[in-house]
Amino acid sequence: MSERSDQGDLLVVRGLVAGYGAAPVLHAVDLTVPAGTIAAVVGANGAGKTTLLRAISGMLRPLAGGVQLAGEDLRGTPVEQLVRRGMAHVPEGRGVIGELTVDENLRLGGLWRRDRADAARALDEVYQLFEPLARRRRHLGHQLSGGERQMLALGRALVGRPRLLLLDEPSLGLAPRVVARTMALLRQLRDRTGLTVLLVEQNVRSALSVADQGVVMALGRVVTTAPAADLRDDADLRHAYLGF
Amino acid sequence: MSATRAAAPPADGAVDPATPPDLPRRRGNTLLRHLAVVAVAGLVLVGMSYALEPFRNFQLATVAAYLCATAGLTVLTGLNGQLSLGHGALMATGAYTVAFCQTAFSDRGVTGLWLLPVSLVAAVAATVAVGAVVGVAAARLRGPYLAGVTLAVAVVVPALTVTFDGVFNGEQGLSVPVEPPPLALGPYFPYERWQLWVAGAATLLALLLLANLVRSRYGRMFRAVRDDEVAARLAGIHVARTQVIAFVVSAATAGLGGALLAVLAQSVSPGAFSLTLSLFLLMAVVIGGLGRLAGAVWGAVLLVALPDLSHALTEQLTLSPAAAQRLEGNLPLAIFGITLIVVMLVAPGGVQGLLSRLGRAVSARWRARRS
Amino acid sequence: MDRFVFLTLDGLSRGAVYAAFALALVLIWRAARVVNFAQGAMAVAAAYVAYSVSAATGSYWLGFLAALAAGLLFGAVVDRVVMRYVDHASPLNPVIVALGLVLLIQAVLGMVYGSEFRPAGTPFSREGFTVGGLALLSPYDLFVFAAVAVVVSALAWIFARTAVGLRMRAAAFAPEVSRLLGVNVGGMLTLGWALASGVGALAAMLVIPTELGLHPHAMDLVFVSAFTAAVVGGLDSPPGAVVGGLVVGLVLSYVSGYAGSDLTPLAVLVLLLAVLLVRPGGLFAPVAARRV
Repeated sequence: MSERSDQGDLLVVRGLVAGYGAAPVLHAVDLTVPAGTIAAVVGANGAGKTTLLRAISGMLRPLAGGVQLAGEDLRGTPVEQLVRRGMAHVPEGRGVIGELTVDENLRLGGLWRRDRADAARALDEVYQLFEPLARRRRHLGHQLSGGERQMLALGRALVGRPRLLLLDEPSLGLAPRVVARTMALLRQLRDRTGLTVLLVEQNVRSALSVADQGVVMALGRVVTTAPAADLRDDADLRHAYLGF
Repeated sequence: MSATRAAAPPADGAVDPATPPDLPRRRGNTLLRHLAVVAVAGLVLVGMSYALEPFRNFQLATVAAYLCATAGLTVLTGLNGQLSLGHGALMATGAYTVAFCQTAFSDRGVTGLWLLPVSLVAAVAATVAVGAVVGVAAARLRGPYLAGVTLAVAVVVPALTVTFDGVFNGEQGLSVPVEPPPLALGPYFPYERWQLWVAGAATLLALLLLANLVRSRYGRMFRAVRDDEVAARLAGIHVARTQVIAFVVSAATAGLGGALLAVLAQSVSPGAFSLTLSLFLLMAVVIGGLGRLAGAVWGAVLLVALPDLSHALTEQLTLSPAAAQRLEGNLPLAIFGITLIVVMLVAPGGVQGLLSRLGRAVSARWRARRS
Repeated sequence: MDRFVFLTLDGLSRGAVYAAFALALVLIWRAARVVNFAQGAMAVAAAYVAYSVSAATGSYWLGFLAALAAGLLFGAVVDRVVMRYVDHASPLNPVIVALGLVLLIQAVLGMVYGSEFRPAGTPFSREGFTVGGLALLSPYDLFVFAAVAVVVSALAWIFARTAVGLRMRAAAFAPEVSRLLGVNVGGMLTLGWALASGVGALAAMLVIPTELGLHPHAMDLVFVSAFTAAVVGGLDSPPGAVVGGLVVGLVLSYVSGYAGSDLTPLAVLVLLLAVLLVRPGGLFAPVAARRV
């Protein structure tokens, strides 16, 4: 594991093996995400996409291999320290805390920051970005609609001004219009703030429409890594792994 | 509903001696086997009653009395998943009933060998009645709520003896008149040996019934309810009724244990049935291994042996009388408390769990060598 | 009528203590889904610390502060050393471990201090003010009200208004998500245990002088009453615990005043059973209790 990461690569995953119990779900996954780009991990159900994100953010302890963020090895870093390294993980099902209000959920995203003034500024920006949240500040998380929860989860991650955003199935259970808006927003964030995104999606079409790079996973391995545009056009690959 | 599961390890046939092994056995076989075990245990007890000095006989009789209670509690908590902190109070019910019966007999000048069994049966009946009331309430409660209610029972019931001291004679308690051993046994028959015979016989009978119960349809229902209430209900088991039955059975044995204790001590007082006793019983079944009748034996032995050991230990130390008394009274509690915590943290299967793991390892090696 | 007024005031004073103790139970239940059956024993231990400090310095207030500090410390230690390592797969496990702690703590107290009752001092007189021949609240009762009010408001402020309170709530509701947001979930849990145990110590300091005195078992019945209070209010609701505490205090005061003080333990048991069988979620729960 002594390969040097390229200066331009924000996230480097090498030989990552992880799973639940003794049987690994991921078998030696390699993955590189250059800074300021969007990478989409696609693949069938059970390919290990969510496990990959959980292993990267340390919620699942890797059995072997390593993860580097901006050249720093993350091995042994406690999960709660990762936000301080610039990584935000929006988990599957989005993790909105239903018992807390919208405002409390959002503030939670910036509580770890020393720079209180900038945290407050980030909060204001998120409210400007997601108008509906500003109108529902005092509502509890579980009173929100699916689309609003999506905004809240994404907004809460952005309050921490992350360099790398891990997104697990953002399109799950959302109307196509809302999905399209979310994808457009990701692209906008990448272009405006240089945010790097690692996106895991079942919805291959919309994921590849926004991504720079596509990563195809099957049965816990990376099958192909290619520019997203190429994947969109490669009919054979689509048939073989993505089913459309 | 996984939350209702007991602390016992999953009922893997090989681990849990109370669980039937994979091969279906005929019920007659089980009964015969249990009868054989009980007969052997009875013979061993009689032999020991002649070999041991009187004080040890008395201690062994006390172990037998505690064993009734721990065996019942381990069935309730280990097999049925209901935690009771109130078994000390149930023992008190049995103990006071025996005191009332024996006093009534002796006041009327009735004598005979049959009196004691009648009093013991009355004690069990009274405890069954109380257990049914608590059990009906318990069947509606789960986890910490059940623990809280039974804790309240354990704290409140001893206090009642003071509230109604006209009946229970307050902190002083009552004496329990017990007849001497029958003359047929000879004029010099030691009283302690007689005590061991009485307590041993009653306890072996109770264990025989319990062992058959846990191997029966009811035992399987107890475990099914413990493991998954919803699944048990879908399988046609009446969950609440099963829980009440388990509580009543457990109460009956606790009542018998309390009655035996009262007969052995020839007195009852609320101090003997405090919350601490209930915690001791729980500790005994956890250390022995929840849900294992054999573990209940270990627990009962510990309940008698630890205070004895701590007495021996404090005698070794040179302390002022006051300090020695404090140490002697509290050392067993401290040891029990630490053991309870440590067992829960490192060996939730208890002593019997460790032993059966050891036994399986040995027999596996033996089999491997033979093949 | 005079008697009724007296019993009501006395019940409220007693209920304030139950409220504080019930609040401590609720805090741990919300944070860790554990009913801390060792809370009574831990609180008594803190009260013994106060006893020693007061005896050494001659100052009630130094002892009082020492009890609060010891309470906070005991809570943190119990969480860090014991509870953290308990397998929570079955809800029986933490209960059994807590009971082991009860045995251990009471045994250690018995070894160090013996099991005779020791007099516990009060900073204010327990003589009630008399108005027209009617004995009303004593200065000590007012102190109890004030102390409980301060603690309840302080806790409410911490949880509702401060960053650390937000972290504690988040950690309790969603530990995994909270870690991803940079919350030190283990630390918040320890803090919750410490706060609850500190409140328990305060309750013990307030209630022990009004009973027989300091004894390793001094809080056994108080624990049962406070558990009843927490159940009356619903284990999940801090405001419910406060109201429940006052209700239990009043009920016990009336029973003791009109039917005899010997009957109060029985009254607690009956009240607890009645509430659990009729409204298992507590009197203020809009929905059925979660079946645990």
